[in-house]
Amino acid sequence: MNDIIKGKWIGKPLDRVDGPLKVSGEAAYAAEHDIDAAIGFIVESTIANGSVSSIDISKAEKVEGVIAVLTHENAPKMKPWGDGADDRFQQSHGVLVDAAIRHYGQPVALVVAETLEQARYAAILISVIYDEKTPKLGIDRDDSELADGIDGGLEETNRRGDFEKAWGESDLTVDLNFTTPHMIQAAMEPHAAIAEWDGDRLTVHNSTQVIDWGVGCLANTFGIDKNNIRLLSPYIGGGFGSKLGQHYETILAAAAAKKLDRPVKVVQTRRNLFHDGPHRSRIEQRIRLGATKDGTLKAINFETWSTQAIGHPFTEGPMASAANAYRCDALHWTGKTRETNETINDSMRAPGEALGGITFEAAIDELAEKVGMDPLEFRLKNEPAEDPASGKPFATRDLVDCLKKGAEAFGWDARPKEPRSRMEGRKLIGYGLASAIRGNMMMEGSCQIDLSSSGHLTVRMDMTDIGTGTYTILTQIAAEALGLHPDDITVELADSDNPTTSGSGGSFGAGTSGSALWNACIAMREKLAKAGGFNIDPDGIAFDEGAMQAGDRSVPLRDVLKDSDGFSAEGSIEPGDEHDDYVQNSYGAHFCEVAVDIDTCEVEVRRFVSVFSAGRILNRKTARSQCLGGLVWGIGGALREELWLDERTGGYVNRDLAEYHLAVNRDVPQCEVIFLENPDPKSNPIGTKGIGELALCGAGGAIVNAIYNATGKRVYDLPVTLDKLM
Amino acid sequence: MKPFQFIRPDSADTALDAISAENAKFMGGGTNLVDLMKLQVETPDSVVDIHRIDMGGFSETEESGLRIGADVTNTALANHPKVRKDYRVLSEALLSGATAQLRNRATTGGNFLQRTRCYYFMDTTRPCNKREPGSGCAALDGPSRIHAILGASDHCIATHPSDMAVAMAALDAQLHTRKPGGENRTIAATELHRLPGDTPNIETVLDSDELIESVTLPQPIGGTHIYRKVRDRSSYAFALVSAALVLKIHDGKIETVRLALGGVAHKPWRAAKAEKCLAGAEANDENFRAAAEAELADANSKGDQTFKIELTKRTIVAALSEAADRENAA
Ligand SMILES: Cc1cc2nc3c(=O)[nH]c(=O)nc-3n(C[C@H](O)[C@H](O)[C@H](O)COP(=O)(O)OP(=O)(O)OC[C@H]3O[C@@H](n4cnc5c(N)ncnc54)[C@H](O)[C@@H]3O)c2cc1C
Ligand code: SF4
Repeated sequence: MNDIIKGKWIGKPLDRVDGPLKVSGEAAYAAEHDIDAAIGFIVESTIANGSVSSIDISKAEKVEGVIAVLTHENAPKMKPWGDGADDRFQQSHGVLVDAAIRHYGQPVALVVAETLEQARYAAILISVIYDEKTPKLGIDRDDSELADGIDGGLEETNRRGDFEKAWGESDLTVDLNFTTPHMIQAAMEPHAAIAEWDGDRLTVHNSTQVIDWGVGCLANTFGIDKNNIRLLSPYIGGGFGSKLGQHYETILAAAAAKKLDRPVKVVQTRRNLFHDGPHRSRIEQRIRLGATKDGTLKAINFETWSTQAIGHPFTEGPMASAANAYRCDALHWTGKTRETNETINDSMRAPGEALGGITFEAAIDELAEKVGMDPLEFRLKNEPAEDPASGKPFATRDLVDCLKKGAEAFGWDARPKEPRSRMEGRKLIGYGLASAIRGNMMMEGSCQIDLSSSGHLTVRMDMTDIGTGTYTILTQIAAEALGLHPDDITVELADSDNPTTSGSGGSFGAGTSGSALWNACIAMREKLAKAGGFNIDPDGIAFDEGAMQAGDRSVPLRDVLKDSDGFSAEGSIEPGDEHDDYVQNSYGAHFCEVAVDIDTCEVEVRRFVSVFSAGRILNRKTARSQCLGGLVWGIGGALREELWLDERTGGYVNRDLAEYHLAVNRDVPQCEVIFLENPDPKSNPIGTKGIGELALCGAGGAIVNAIYNATGKRVYDLPVTLDKLM
Repeated sequence: MKPFQFIRPDSADTALDAISAENAKFMGGGTNLVDLMKLQVETPDSVVDIHRIDMGGFSETEESGLRIGADVTNTALANHPKVRKDYRVLSEALLSGATAQLRNRATTGGNFLQRTRCYYFMDTTRPCNKREPGSGCAALDGPSRIHAILGASDHCIATHPSDMAVAMAALDAQLHTRKPGGENRTIAATELHRLPGDTPNIETVLDSDELIESVTLPQPIGGTHIYRKVRDRSSYAFALVSAALVLKIHDGKIETVRLALGGVAHKPWRAAKAEKCLAGAEANDENFRAAAEAELADANSKGDQTFKIELTKRTIVAALSEAADRENAA
């Protein structure tokens, strides 16, 4: 266990160090860098399958201010989509490479002009004739194949225990079919890029969660060396998975900049993003659960059918929610998929558990009711001693603590015992709960720190802050480790010239980058201790208030720094054996109350109490904000969000934020977030676990379970819009 | 979006001159017009901004009603003391719409004339008889959750999205317009919009060069005012169904009822059949449901929006029973 961390800075609810820059508009987001760039505007395909047979750009070219119109006939050479790497993020994202159309909205041209208005006007003057083929769209169980692995490191099948036997031995069973809808991440900042070339060197400012993957993608797309690429994303207005990889705006900006030999900026419009950014696809799920009369869970079988975009292997796995949750004799799952002409389907915040946290937790609720047990009791009774999916031990396990603490704080005792039994005026009241479990991942990362002779520390890595508070927590980690004040620390992130990290995604960012920084600070402490004349283990030296102190000896840092050239140190991290030998998760429990209008069936979420165990909390304010955000997403996922695919075209119908309904302020009640602060030594040197996605897992499950308790109705086709309750 | 001329006249006369040019459009707040121009759905050659015209603001009419200049913002209208006191249903309707930012910008005239939110109307790559007469209607066999259940045709099943106009219809508001050459006319709010028929591109009885100058509300009629808006999220969403209601009960009997529905048709739908059932009837759930059934007797829909038939009935009942409770408590 880490004894150096005393909590002087780590854990404090420090305000965001980048907050003043952001609220004053000084933090430059991707499209805001002061670079004199020509402006590109995307022309989208209006078919989902086939090819461009001809494209007439002559009128567009004549519009005042238009510099060029890129099409597949004249775009600079790029490698075909999918070349160069096995992973979907780093493979070539070549666009306008040939006439082929794989999905609706795929760019068929980029108009580049001096101003946005000119480019946008010229774009409407382009006419395209297509050779259209019937698109392959949607889930088809009979035309599906086993996925090649499931996102989050799951196998496409799991066969632990004898399901048929356990199912046969069950007294009570449920066999349920759920569907979850197409959705979109809808980050506030749209995808944007400014690209410029200097000979063979490409510099890109864009909005990217993982810098290193972005560099890999650009290298593979343009066939250049990674060392010739500089990618920067210092400020990012939300990612939610949609910026894990590169997208058309970046590739097109780089292609146009190359052709024109001048910087080019491309910003996807909100409507573009529904087709030219990623989204989450609809998934059909069949969940079978069996238990004996006494409430012992025997059998779990979780099957999914989904789709993936051509040349973009990605299968989301709601079964992740079942993998590590409850004890059982048999746990089977299968994930099947079908390659279709849909737009890119990829990770959306808490891929897997965001969905399974609704469907699986609803199925557990339904089984508990059949058994005749309170859903809390049922979950507590089926607490596993080892991981149900693998048989491995858990690194830590405190789901039970979360459930018990949450039940008490919420007042679960007062739950209406029978469905549809409590009324207030013309409203039905119900309580619901769900468990939250999300895999805790660690990645590789490294960090460089420099302490100047004047005592200012600069931290450098290519880690990103996607709005979560990374700049702040890294400042706190360095302050804690080296006894500096946060004002004496500058954190520089998201520049590919800095040491490589995992970036932000999968809730692994803080743990990975924070541990790399921590290790760099440990190395720095050693150097400083030596320079200060200490001959003891530096762990025994207190670094505080700009001084090193052990026993009765105290040496101000300024004394060792003043005649030096400053000190530098590096640190790195990689997942240790503990990540192979143990199953690592973050945990939580959600409790919520809903009111359902008896006339119109509008659902109001009235209150949430959620308890989370995510290891050491680095900043109680930003951590709480992540959890509140997760709850808001839970409300959106359970009740609001649904993207409608037009099966006639392969495009999405409700392509704006007026008709694609994210949860809004008024949908969100008072939410109480409670942390069990249990640092986890098996996770990483600073004892943290992933937190950015945890709160979303199961939040929607608690809501749908509360709706059942209020109304006596279960809805299997999400989201639970009012028509489904009528 | 194509280039256009932007004209900012400072009097109604010069505005009417400007609007006489070919393919010109008035602009109030621009919150709908400009969005649609960006989507290439509206393609005016010139845009005539009404903001510099003095449209008279608020004043009391001779009949103790309220006159409202067409350029009054939705925010100002919703918060006007007389609107809050005497025409509360209008205030509630306005405040249930859009967001504070949009309401600060949107005008009374523009709100009446905002166009449908039909997804295919807003997507120039899809057939739409309203946008391009004769091209077909993509909504008929596509996702159509927000579409009409009353008064639709085989040519168009779009709805009028305004909340304000529904309350205006219930309150018997009147619009006052002016045309180049000085011709004035008065149009009842209930008569402003048309049903789609086979010309869904013609949405109102107004001519394209007709300026809405003001709106008047008749003498207040008292009673309980309720705007019940049912939607897919609790704010910042258009109505799936809404009901604007003014109800007065005397000795357990309904003395006055004004009811208009939103989200269900190509126009704000004054529920005359329901009103007729209710007038003089006892205020109870049974009569409320019977009135709702009568109003929706001709409702029909084959698509996703079919649930709105039952939802509308329930919304009517919910609004009436809430109003009756309040009336009885008063
Ligand atoms: C995201 C979003 C959500 C919204 N939600 C809601 C909602 O929940 N409920 C709701 O009711 N509305 C909603 N709205 C619509 C909003 O109310 C309208 O956009 C607004 O009322 C239009 O007013 P405006 O003054 O901006 O009109 P403009 O956009 O300026 O004009 C609209 C039309 O009216 C014409 N026009 C304007 N003024 C005059 C005049 N004086 N005489 C003749 N013609 C005129 C214009 O030529 C144009 O055709 C929403 C809008 C958005 C963008
Ligand atoms: S419903 Fe009306 S507005 Fe919508 S596509 Fe059909 S014709 Fe166009």
